Formats: sequence, structure tokens, C-alpha cells
Amino acid sequence: MHSSLHDASQSSLHGSDTTQQVSAVLLREHKGGLMTAVKATLERDLTLLLRRRGEVLNPLVFFALVITLFPIAISPDPELLAVIAPGLLWVAALLAALLSLDSLFRSDYDDGSLEQLLLAPQPLVALSLAKVAVHWLLTGLPLALMAPMLGIMLALPAGSYAILALSLALGTASLSLIGAIGAALTVGLARGGVLLSLLVLPLYIPVLIFGAGAVQAAIFGDGVSAHLAILGALLAASLMLAPWAIAASLRISING
Amino acid sequence: MSLCLQARQLACERDDRWLFQGLDLDIRSGEIVRIEGPNGSGKTSLLKILSGQLSDYQGELFWNGAAMNEAREHFLANLLYLGHAPGIKSGLSPLENLAWYQALSGESGNEEQRLDALEGVGLAGFEDVPAGQLSAGQQRRVALARLTLTPRALWVLDEPFTAIDRYGVADLEKQLVAHAQAGGCVLVTTHHELTASPLLRRISLG
Amino acid sequence: MWAFIHKLGSPKWFYAISAKLQPWFWAAAVLLLVTGSLWGLAFAPADYQQGNSFRIIYVHVPAAFLAQSIFIAMAVSGLVFMVWKIKVADMAAAVMAPLGAAMTFVALFSGAVWGVPTWGTWWMWDARLTSMLILLFLYLGVIALRGAFTSRDSASRAASVLAMVGVINIPIIKYSVDWWYTLHQPASFTLTSRPTMPTEMWLPLVIMVLGFYSFFIALTLMRTRSEILRREANKRWVQDLVKGQVVNAQAEEAR
Repeated sequence: MHSSLHDASQSSLHGSDTTQQVSAVLLREHKGGLMTAVKATLERDLTLLLRRRGEVLNPLVFFALVITLFPIAISPDPELLAVIAPGLLWVAALLAALLSLDSLFRSDYDDGSLEQLLLAPQPLVALSLAKVAVHWLLTGLPLALMAPMLGIMLALPAGSYAILALSLALGTASLSLIGAIGAALTVGLARGGVLLSLLVLPLYIPVLIFGAGAVQAAIFGDGVSAHLAILGALLAASLMLAPWAIAASLRISING
Repeated sequence: MSLCLQARQLACERDDRWLFQGLDLDIRSGEIVRIEGPNGSGKTSLLKILSGQLSDYQGELFWNGAAMNEAREHFLANLLYLGHAPGIKSGLSPLENLAWYQALSGESGNEEQRLDALEGVGLAGFEDVPAGQLSAGQQRRVALARLTLTPRALWVLDEPFTAIDRYGVADLEKQLVAHAQAGGCVLVTTHHELTASPLLRRISLG
Repeated sequence: MWAFIHKLGSPKWFYAISAKLQPWFWAAAVLLLVTGSLWGLAFAPADYQQGNSFRIIYVHVPAAFLAQSIFIAMAVSGLVFMVWKIKVADMAAAVMAPLGAAMTFVALFSGAVWGVPTWGTWWMWDARLTSMLILLFLYLGVIALRGAFTSRDSASRAASVLAMVGVINIPIIKYSVDWWYTLHQPASFTLTSRPTMPTEMWLPLVIMVLGFYSFFIALTLMRTRSEILRREANKRWVQDLVKGQVVNAQAEEAR
């Protein structure tokens, strides 16, 4: 096993083609290849998470569990539950999304691949955006798809189910982006988990207001397009600004 | 073709203590530069500053004569940094790990190259085993396979001999010398005593 | 201009210039606060609806103004620190955070006290109070983040980034909370959105606001100066300064 490493360097050192080998070290121009790097990072993170299904399932189970707690703690009365259902579903989904954020950069930080990511000859903004996209695909989107089922359990009035899923899908994308700033800021800290919630939750409030508002508007039969438009605007703003903050924060965290 | 990494009046302060001050460095093609010093003397910090990871320093860095801020892209395209941690994902196989590293620098590469590189570090037969099941030394070897897989002029290696057995150490040492002879440049910290060579230069900290 | 900025960035120079500025701001703060309180509490007419309880406006509104301004000042200092690496800016940001949190708390507390005669309860989910509460959490986040790092430089830069992220979010949070409030409690009575105030009521308010600002500037200068001494304790000029004071004191004693 060791011998092959031995042989490889032997041949390059003492082989007849030494001079050709010697001229092989050249300075390279930066070649671009951003799409290759982004695609590979997306694939890598998806593969990693899909191989550890527990990490994908845990937030979903947490979501269902928290929703179960409320009827037990408050009352099983469907009329009462129907009133508070939009808010409960949104708060529980928000907390579930938050729960998985801490691990977003943590394992990369621990095994040293985060510093390699930072040293790649590619814009860190694009690479971190790819990581956030995977987080949303495997956390926010499944939560949004699962929410209508939990809505049934909370007697959520008919007509608001599609809006619930749609508002969550849009909203959790913003949550992933904003939350990633907090995750990047706390990744170098030994006990970053609780601090992460403290940093991120106040910033989640606008998304929560318009997300839960959209579902409520759907129940009352008001127009929901304004809410969804604002959720979309929040997402657009997060998409534009958050990646820069994430990249800057990662650079700070790697400093230790 | 030659490369040149220069530092002028480099100083780094950590927690009100100067790790080093007024450091002038000229690192050129064909050199193996070993940073020496006791634990906590700032070897890793110096490597991180020189590889553009730390911004918490005073002084200036130049890459081929241009200020580092302006030359950063070209610098990164020619840098291969191996840190304390090998940067190997335990959930991915060695092949997948290497594929990501190739893609990070914008090359798609192909399976052949990666298999060759793994064979070169003695990991033939372990290509598809999750890296988490490999020993620490084998994981380090996966990282070292990048040296041949993605050829770069400047190697910055922080304790590359960690967890490697003595055959591997000898081979890696030869590889460093070959790289310097070929016009590359190696910047290394290690507790392992490197064999004396005309290419080897030592810089002492602390 | 550039020379000036860099001069301002030198802790030694800042230490010297702030020593000259500080007394003026203290004097202005005392003068304005005494005048404003006397006028507002004793001479301004009582409100036709709320009676004398409206007078808490002279604490509540300036504190709320200042709470928001300090966050903006903190974020601007953070930006200056990140872009030009001016350490004094970070020292100022570091001392501003607890001050801002304290002001936010004063605004919340005075709001709660005001709530008792107005709403008959200590707490209402009033738009302004809710925004204030969220602002308090933002301050606590910045303070906690700064405290969590072992390396001071990382702590400074992380707190700066968070302050900048926060300051972008503050208007968004404020507008969403206002929107949420009007949706849930339409046309209810808010504390400070009053019909036009007569001059003799709002003039003392303006004086109080100016007084609060002067107080904040004076206090920030003072605390930044002690922060400079703390962080630069091993620098030559600080040691000379301390030695000089010791020599002076000995000379005094000898006399």
C-alpha cells in the first residue's frame, strides 16, 4: 500500500523523463469554471445530506411534534385551534428550520473543508449560496409540503392549504438565507446553537408576519397576493444581500 | 516562469501578544521553506496569513510583484493549501472527495485522473469506501492525492506528515523535493525533521 | 479629508481630542436635560385627554429616538471599522451597544409605565412597543455575539457584520410590525401619535431630545476613552501617560 506512493515519486524523481516532469509545474491563469464548482457543491451537499437521512427527517419530526404539543397544552377544540392554526404552523415551521441551521457550516468547519471552500479560486458568495440552496431544498421545501397535513390536524379552515404551503415555501427560502448569516457568524464558536437563535429570530419577524398573514388572509377570503408579493420581495432582498453577509461572516469565523 | 511570494514587515498580534513582528519573507520558485518554532509560536497563523485566510495582520503581501489584494484571484488559482484538518468529508468516498476538489478549481476532470491520484498515494482499492471508515493516515493520504491531481505551483502545507506512516513520510518528502526541483515552491510546517537539501530553507519563529 | 479620517482613527489623537470635546457635551447635556425636565414636568400644560400622565413623553420619546439612532451609529461605526480598519470606530461601537440596549429598555419601561393610566395595563402589543422589544433583542444579539468570541478582532468584525445586517432589517421590521398592528387592532389609541401638539408642549420635548443626544455623545466619548486605555494598555503612549500622572501626583504630594 505504501509502496505505490513510494513508486510513484520514485519514478518521477529518478525516471528517464525527469526533465519533462520538471517543466510540468506552471503558473496557471484563473480559468473560471464557476458553474462547475457551484454544481459540484450542490451535488456534494445533497449527497451528504441524503446519506444521513436522519438530519433531513429530524426537522420534519420536530415540526410534527411541536404541532402535537399545542392541542394537548391548549385545548383540542377545533374552533379554537382553527383560529390559532396559521400562526402555530408558521412558528413551528420556523423553529424547525432554525433547528437544522446550526449544522449548515459546522461539519465543513470541523473537517477543514470550509477553509478549502474559502480558498477556492471562485467567488465565495456563489459557493455559499449553493450550500444555502441545499439547506432550503432539504428543509424548507419538505416543511412546506408537510404543513398542509398538520393543518388538517389543527382544523385549519379549507381554502387556505395551498397558500399555507406556498407561503412556507417562499418564506423558508428567506429564512434559510437570513439564518445562514447567523450560522456563518457562530460556526467557529463551540456553543453557537443558542446564540444562533438569539441572533436570527428577531430578523425572522417580518417573514413570520407576512407568512402567517397570508394564511390568515386566505382564511378570511381577503386577497393574498399582497402578502405573497411582499414575501417574494423579502426573498429577493435576502437573495441580493444575504450571500455577501454570509461570505463575510465565514471569513471572520475562519479567523477563529 | 517563476513565482514569488513576498511579505514585508509582517506582524501578527494575538490577545495582546505579538506572535511575530517585522517579518520580511521572499519565497521563490525552487524552494522548500520550512517554518520552524515551538508550539504556539504562530506557525499556523503565518501559513494562514500567507495563504490569504487571515486578515488580522499588519504588513503587506505581494504575489509576483503585485499587491495581494489585486492579485488574489491569480494567487488562489496557483495555491494548494492543506491545513491541520485534512478537509475530507467522512460521508463521501475518496473519489467523490477528490471530484469536489477538482470541480472547486473549475475543472470537471475525469475518473481516470482521480483513480490514478488515489493509486499514487496507495489507496487503490479504497476508492469507494466512505472516507469516515478510513484511518486518519488514509484520510490524510486522500488529501495528499490533491498534490498530483490538481497541480499547483505553490504548496502551503501545515503539518502534512501528521498520521502518515514512515514510508509515506519518505515518499512525501521526495515529492516535495521533486516539486521544488520542477520549479514549484513548498511552504511547510512540520515537527518531522526534513532531510537536508540545497533547496531547503528554514525560517524560525518565536 | 483623508488625513483627517486617519488622524481620527489614531487612538492617541482621539484620546486627546475627545478630552477637549467631552466637557462641552456634558455641560450641554446637563443644561438641556434640566431645562427640558423642568419645563416639561412643571410648566407645560397638562394634556386635555391624559392629564398629567402624558408628561412621561418627555422621557419615552427621547429614549426611543436614541435607541434607534444608537443602533444606526453602531452600524456606521462597524462599517467604518470594516472598510478602513479604524480601531477607534470599533471601540466606539463596543461601548455603544450596552448604551443602546439601556436606552431601549428605558423606552420600553417608560412605555409600560405610561400604559397603566392609558390602557389600564402594563403591556399592550402596541406597534411602537413591539418594535422596541425587537430592537432590544437585536441589541442583546450584538452584545452576546461580541462576548462569545475569544479573539477580539473576530469579535469586532462579527459584531460589525451583525450590526450592519440589523440596521438593514430595522426599517423592514418596523414597517412589518406597523402593518401587522393596523391589521389586528385597527384604529386603537397609540401612545404618541397625537393630533398636533401645541408649541409649549413640543418645545420642551425637542429640548429633551437634544439633551438625551448630548448625554449619549458625552457618555460615549467617556467610555470610548476608557476602552482605548484598556485596549492600548501595552502601548508606549498609554504607559507614558500613566507614568506622567503618577509623577504629577507625587509632585502634588511633595508640595
